[in-house]
Amino acid sequence: MIPLSHYLVLGAILFALSVTGIFLNRKNLIILLMCVELMLLAVNMNFVAFSHYLGDLVGQVFVFFILTVAAAEAAIGLAILVLVFRNRETINVQDLDEMKG
Amino acid sequence: MNLHLPDFAPVLPELTVMLMACAILVIDLFLPQERRHITYGLTQFTLLGGVALILVLATPDPRITFGGSYVADPLSDLLKSAVLLISAVVFLYARPYLQARELYKGEFYVLGLFGVLGMMVMISAHSLLTLYLGLELLALSLYALVAFNRDASAASESAMKYFVLGSIASGMLLYGMSLLYGITGSLNLTGVAAGIVAGLTSPDLNLALVFALAFVVVGIGFKLGAVPFHMWIPDVYHGAPTPVALFISAAPKIAGFAIAIRLLVDGLAPLQESWSGMLLVLAVLSLAIGNVVAIAQTNIKRMFAYSTIAHIGFVVMGLMVGNEQGYAAGMFYVLVYALMSAGGFGMIMLLSRKGFEADNLEDFKGLNDRSPWFAFVMLLLMFSMAGIPPTVGFYAKLAVLQSVIQADLIWLALFAVILSVIGAFYYLRVVKFMYFDKPVDDAPLTGSGDFNVVLSLNGLAMIALGLFPGVLMSLTAAVR
Repeated sequence: MIPLSHYLVLGAILFALSVTGIFLNRKNLIILLMCVELMLLAVNMNFVAFSHYLGDLVGQVFVFFILTVAAAEAAIGLAILVLVFRNRETINVQDLDEMKG
Repeated sequence: MNLHLPDFAPVLPELTVMLMACAILVIDLFLPQERRHITYGLTQFTLLGGVALILVLATPDPRITFGGSYVADPLSDLLKSAVLLISAVVFLYARPYLQARELYKGEFYVLGLFGVLGMMVMISAHSLLTLYLGLELLALSLYALVAFNRDASAASESAMKYFVLGSIASGMLLYGMSLLYGITGSLNLTGVAAGIVAGLTSPDLNLALVFALAFVVVGIGFKLGAVPFHMWIPDVYHGAPTPVALFISAAPKIAGFAIAIRLLVDGLAPLQESWSGMLLVLAVLSLAIGNVVAIAQTNIKRMFAYSTIAHIGFVVMGLMVGNEQGYAAGMFYVLVYALMSAGGFGMIMLLSRKGFEADNLEDFKGLNDRSPWFAFVMLLLMFSMAGIPPTVGFYAKLAVLQSVIQADLIWLALFAVILSVIGAFYYLRVVKFMYFDKPVDDAPLTGSGDFNVVLSLNGLAMIALGLFPGVLMSLTAAVR
């Protein structure tokens, strides 16, 4: 049987990947949205692993809620992305610099 | 198999707001533009009805329902009433502004109501799941509200920034929650606290707990806007339509305070020493950066953003103390802050009109010549934000400082006082502009009757609560 720690390390790697993705990415807003989704999926990995290990179903219920929220979040994120593109004709992260100070 | 229905009585206010928001969404579809006031009226009716329901249903004992994931106690009654009342004031301030800019649409009210519902769920959360769901309901409504003015380039930019940073915050909080669940085996806040007490005996779990705690504190810091997690606040206040900035600046901070109380004080109480240290850093940085950077701002919305950060520093300081007195002081501060912030943005909206945004400090020049009364109202608001007696802002700062001094952190109290004095500069600069400079703009002020009355009351509340601070203070002390 695969020990719990393997799943936790996988979750941590996915989480770290998504955070680095958000901070390193300077080109494309869509990649940013993907990183945000990946972050939530990394958390899901943790929850499912713990839930199985603890023999407690509540963690898996939480995962369903996270998946639902992630879908809603993606919808709003893409809607805002479309707005940005309509107003600016670009989705480059570096071009989001109208406000400073 | 027996099906046990949960006790619905404690959640009646939330159910009302939810059903009314859905009803308003549908009703609004069939209303022509000239009947939009029905949507507005129904929204205000829902908010005030919610307050009435909370007061009717209030009991001194906590009631826990939905399998331990929801609690209604005096703390939640007070904070929820405050959220509903302040949101009602916000919608009232927003109306003339929206009407003048072809933004007077039903979506604003529906999204606002769902945001209010999210705040209510956050305040009453008694498990990690409800807390997260309330937080997301609020956050998703706010993202959409910021992008509400679809043709404004700055609004869409700030919506994107808010969305990305807010999602990172939720992700961090959630990661911390997943670790807490793994360590304690429970999502319920009581169960989490019990699991932590058991876990603290083992050194391995001890480290994991502090690790989880760090993620949770980062998430809460983001939502409250404490430095170094404040980057979104100035851009969102600046870019969002003024009514939305007003909405974000007022009630959600109360909800943010509530999740900090629920999560840190109720759920993670055994780790108090660890989170006090983390909050101390957040408080010191927020006070310093907020007050100093605000001086350099020429845009009044950005100035309010940095002033918010400084106020949040005080709120976090109250939480950091970690005893009942500190929590009560922090709660008093956040309630007073929400009222001050609503008034400040209300003044911006009073000075704005169709085709003109009064969002520069210069636009306040010579306000005394144009309207002595509203210059006085703004003066009260600014004095209160700066913490000058006898306004209520002074007592809010005093209460927090007292709790800090009693915790033997004299240096922190001194630091906070010095930075408040520095901060007084930019509030008093607005007062100087109003009374001693010539107006650059002579257009008459555009407030309608109810707007002027409520804004005046909002300003007068600063001095009324300042003369009788005991009323609100005893309330906050009683629920905590």
